[in-house]
Amino acid sequence: MLSMGIFSLPLAQEAAEAAAHAEAAGHFEPFLPGLIVLLPLLGFLVNGVLALVHGRRSADAVRRGEELDLDTGGRPSTHTLPTWVGPGVLLGSFLLVVANFLRMRGVELHEAVVVNYWTWMDTGAFRVEAALQLDQLSMIMMLVVTGVGFLIHVFSVGYMKDDPGYPRYFAYLNLFVFFMLVLVTGASFPVMFVGWEGVGLCSYLLIGFWFGDREKSDAGKKAFIVNRIGDFGFLIALFLIFVQMGTLDFVEVMGRAPDELVYGGALVTAVTLFLLLGAAGKSAQIPLYVWLPDAMAGPTPVSALIHAATMVTAGVYMVARSSVLFALSPVGSVTVAGIGVATALFAATIALAQYDIKKVLAYSTVSQLGYMFLGVGVGAYAAGVFHLMTHAFFKALLFLGSGAVIHSMHHALHHTHSHDDPQDMRNMGGLKKFMPLTAFTMWVATLAIAGIWPFAGFFSKDEIIWYAGAAATGPFASFYTVFWVLALAAAMLTAFYMTRMMVMTFHGSNRTGDEEAKHLHEAPLTMTVPLSVLAFLSVFGGWINVPEAIRNSFLGGFGALPMSEWLHDWLDPVTHTATAIREEALVAGGFLDGEHHYHGYLEHAPFGGGELTWALASTLAALVVVLVAVSVVRRWQIEPAAKAGEPQSGLKKVLYNKWYVDELYDLIIVRPVLRTSRFLWRIVDSVIIDGLVNLSGGLAKFAGFVVSLFQTGSVNTYAFILTVGVLLILWTVGF
Amino acid sequence: MSLLLESMSYGSWVLHALIWLPLVGMGVVLALPEERAKTVAFWWSLVVFVLSLGLWWSFDPESGALQMASSVTWIEAWGVHYALGLDGISLFMVLLTTFTTPLAILGSFNYIQKKERAFYALMLLLEMGVVGVFLATDLFLFYVFFELTLVPMYFIVGIWGGERRIYAAVKFFLYTALGSLLMLVAILYIYARAKAQLGFPSFAYMDLLRVPLTLQEQLWLFSAFALAFSIKVPLFPLHTWLPDAHVEAPTPGSVVLAAVLLKMGTYGFLRFLLPLFPGAAQHPTVVTVMLVLGVAGIIYAAWVAAVQPDAKKLVAYTSVAHMGFVVIGIFALTVNGVQGGLVVMISHGISTGALFLLLGMLYERRHTRLIEDFGGLARVAPWLATAFVITALASIGLPGTSGFVGEFLALLGTFESRPLMAIVASTGVIFAAYYMLPMVQKVFFNQLEKDENREVKDLDRRELTILTPMLALMIILGVFPTPVLERMEPSVRAVLERVEAASPDRGLAAEAPVVRDAEPVEITLPAVQAAAPDSRLASASDTEDTDHGNAQGGLPAADQD
Repeated sequence: MLSMGIFSLPLAQEAAEAAAHAEAAGHFEPFLPGLIVLLPLLGFLVNGVLALVHGRRSADAVRRGEELDLDTGGRPSTHTLPTWVGPGVLLGSFLLVVANFLRMRGVELHEAVVVNYWTWMDTGAFRVEAALQLDQLSMIMMLVVTGVGFLIHVFSVGYMKDDPGYPRYFAYLNLFVFFMLVLVTGASFPVMFVGWEGVGLCSYLLIGFWFGDREKSDAGKKAFIVNRIGDFGFLIALFLIFVQMGTLDFVEVMGRAPDELVYGGALVTAVTLFLLLGAAGKSAQIPLYVWLPDAMAGPTPVSALIHAATMVTAGVYMVARSSVLFALSPVGSVTVAGIGVATALFAATIALAQYDIKKVLAYSTVSQLGYMFLGVGVGAYAAGVFHLMTHAFFKALLFLGSGAVIHSMHHALHHTHSHDDPQDMRNMGGLKKFMPLTAFTMWVATLAIAGIWPFAGFFSKDEIIWYAGAAATGPFASFYTVFWVLALAAAMLTAFYMTRMMVMTFHGSNRTGDEEAKHLHEAPLTMTVPLSVLAFLSVFGGWINVPEAIRNSFLGGFGALPMSEWLHDWLDPVTHTATAIREEALVAGGFLDGEHHYHGYLEHAPFGGGELTWALASTLAALVVVLVAVSVVRRWQIEPAAKAGEPQSGLKKVLYNKWYVDELYDLIIVRPVLRTSRFLWRIVDSVIIDGLVNLSGGLAKFAGFVVSLFQTGSVNTYAFILTVGVLLILWTVGF
Repeated sequence: MSLLLESMSYGSWVLHALIWLPLVGMGVVLALPEERAKTVAFWWSLVVFVLSLGLWWSFDPESGALQMASSVTWIEAWGVHYALGLDGISLFMVLLTTFTTPLAILGSFNYIQKKERAFYALMLLLEMGVVGVFLATDLFLFYVFFELTLVPMYFIVGIWGGERRIYAAVKFFLYTALGSLLMLVAILYIYARAKAQLGFPSFAYMDLLRVPLTLQEQLWLFSAFALAFSIKVPLFPLHTWLPDAHVEAPTPGSVVLAAVLLKMGTYGFLRFLLPLFPGAAQHPTVVTVMLVLGVAGIIYAAWVAAVQPDAKKLVAYTSVAHMGFVVIGIFALTVNGVQGGLVVMISHGISTGALFLLLGMLYERRHTRLIEDFGGLARVAPWLATAFVITALASIGLPGTSGFVGEFLALLGTFESRPLMAIVASTGVIFAAYYMLPMVQKVFFNQLEKDENREVKDLDRRELTILTPMLALMIILGVFPTPVLERMEPSVRAVLERVEAASPDRGLAAEAPVVRDAEPVEITLPAVQAAAPDSRLASASDTEDTDHGNAQGGLPAADQD
């Protein structure tokens, strides 16, 4: 599978070899890397100014008691320019990324290229540069962010063009992409943290985009605060790394960590666990996942871009970026994997019982992110990134598709002034007839996420599950065996809830209402074209990383599938140190024999059977689940939401209410904090401290009286007289 | 003025100008008719600011010594000098003061409706006092300025304040006066010791640095000084005067109070507390106490802030939290920590100053400070909302803003010396979001329900003029703080080296010798770079009558020319 010879060599030897390679290979010259990041920032500035101008105008209208009408006398430039600026800067960035990608492909790059711009902070004891790091990993991330980002920007033009906040929307969206690019290209932990919190800010602004709605505002706030809990962990991890290593640059830290940090030591474990807390916040993992489902309050393209394709994968990226540290900590790794698989399963159960189409997708995202965590936790860094990428394709497609559905539903319900929920699947049904292209592309994505061959998700998810099983040959073997089983179970749930969603939305009879149904329509071109491109990627995107064993079987057309393990090999310069550390540890721990250990490591799943067997079994099982689900769900008697109400009993009720985790957090965290806050203010501050102050004030008065019997006066007069006297002296002496 | 103009170079007169010009301005404002007071005061303070800008370039970033120093014997018999000097620590405090004052004055144009002449005169007097505090290198002079700032602030709160202004003003005055009185006692004690040990009376900072004190003495003196400064900061649990003062103070009062007056406390830590009593400052118990109080302030104030119904009071409590970061940064006794603390001081000055200005603008529009009275303002005042959100984010330390740089470095520095403290303090980043975002939401987002809010106007040109430079600085300092950090570093190192040099046992040993030229360790601070201790000693001790302040002034002579 991999160039396994390398891994049996000691690290030092390997490094020397890599250096020799680097000399032999050509030199990678980045092409305007700063501009990739800068363009979206410029877009933000332009759209931001437009938004401010428009904001003023609409504020005047509000004050006059009117609504600003966009359509009389042609649209103002504040609503036409963003259409070009918003997606335009993304296209520019994407093309630049592609140009750099091609350059990087042209040479054999073994070390990251770091471009320094200026010294961000330098205290004399700590120095960090404003620098970008270009390597294979950041290149993949940039491709996804700008590529998928561009498509979603185009989609947004159709989705948001009638919204009064159109320029503000694109300003935020551009700003988000800017911060996301900073996140994935930052050359050190602090620079990454700028992007990390920056995307959180944009997420906050975009979730609460329709800020007039209190619920949406609340959701934005919740996202920000929960994310800050994760950021706290991130910060502590940074401090730990800095105190130990004296630097926070990725190249330095990852390069020196194998020599300077003890394998399995307390320090590196603490670092990884704190990093994990940060990652869990951003990537919505247990216990910090609660903000993501609420985040669906934002416009649907935002859910697609930020809360599915890019921002929420930042945690996975961070673990992959810090792979060396995680590889050094078996405890850290097993925790990552455990959190990941637990989240994958847990979120999948909730997705089974949701009626809001976006909520299903939200929990599905949480669940899929769990898979990515499982991947990077079991040391399959490339597989984790691979799933991140394919997931960006199919989940963005699913969200955009749901956006098209909601858009259409909204228009239909708007026509009859109905107050039915346009996002409730119980109000849908049979939409395939009205929106055939949307239905078709979403089915593609559904099969992809369900892990059905030959769609993209099959390859990526299968690889993660396989590695989870393979990890069961190392330390914490029993844990990994359990993870492997749970991951397979979650995959089956995925197939079920996704099919349920598709059938409830697109098949069976229509439940929107007869009058309303007349106004249901397919989405406009700006929306269907991105859907089609993403559908294409959801099919073929997985072909860039087909494992050898599958490629050579009939599932790979007996070697006909192109680009075997391309992504794996591409990311090797980034991940090989981590992989080598894990391998060495396995050999040292007696889990592998020295010779051909790589085959021994991967040949069998915990319950026997090779990679191909299990891949075949899981895809067949998923297919069966899909087929069963189609026939079962079609037979359900679904009542429109207004009639049906909420589930009243049993497991269904518990799942519908998301296992009551929000309520639990409210009870054990939110309310006690608020109660304590009030206690501190009303009692400690106002009664105790101020009481003491008043008391001592009284005592001082008394003491002052006593002292004044012997001396001249009270303390205050004294101070005052002193000041005035000094001023007088100043006056006479100075002038 | 003519005397100043005759001077040869900027460096030799600018410090004096920065102190005396505001006083002259005060006279001018008082002399002119009422209706011209505000314009004159504004332009006057702007000229002072422009004048102070030259410091940025004339300051030698390589040196940690006191620069542009000068000294004139003022009261010979007591050894009091009119001595000024500037180092990397005071440089930014001075700039912050001269930067904030014109903006605060501009921010009072509509707010202050009565006795305008007196008000603007007091604002200029306040500027003089604060600049004096940051420039004085004679302990007596410092104390005079320190007390001087009390007077205008007392009147600003007491005359132009809100309903409970008298209560707030008296509380403010009593709290701070009590603290500074104890400090006065401590100052007199050092003075007495100095006279005994040096052989001549002196309040000069440079002389006092050479006075050996036992650890016992240091601890007592430290406590007295620390009490005065901690009240100013204010350090938990001495903070309860601040919310009252802020709430009752008129907008410009709050702005100056938050932006610069609080900094006098933490500046005092760095300028006097650490260098004068290094043994006490690094005593483990002292460090622990200060760190615990700092951390407690960060969390306590954040929690209390979160449940305030009054927006201004909320921001006042956040000041306590921010200053907690400064205190832990300083008592981390690491370069990163102190540098971070200094950046938080600057950043807090700008962002909290801006928050008070913004709240003042809201108050002028709606005549209320209660959060629940607002709602949905972003729809009618989008620019105001934008400015507020950016400022709020800078205040809670979003990366890319000045707040992050400061907090990050302060926490990093604290982590280097006391990891556990830093971890607890870091939860402050969570609670910052917990107090700030709900307020922003309730004021600017949600439904625009109340009709009164529908009438709220957006920012006008004057308000934009005030906010734009502040917003710009928040971002610039967040993205490129290096030039600031560079200029502070040598001075910070000098302070820390002095503290480090005095390990507890040395502090005890310092009891015996009277003049300790054998141990230059005690005098590693500022001027050492320029002159050997012996020569200074010689010039000082044999010339009680000659102006030995000139010796001091002469030390960093290179900087003057």
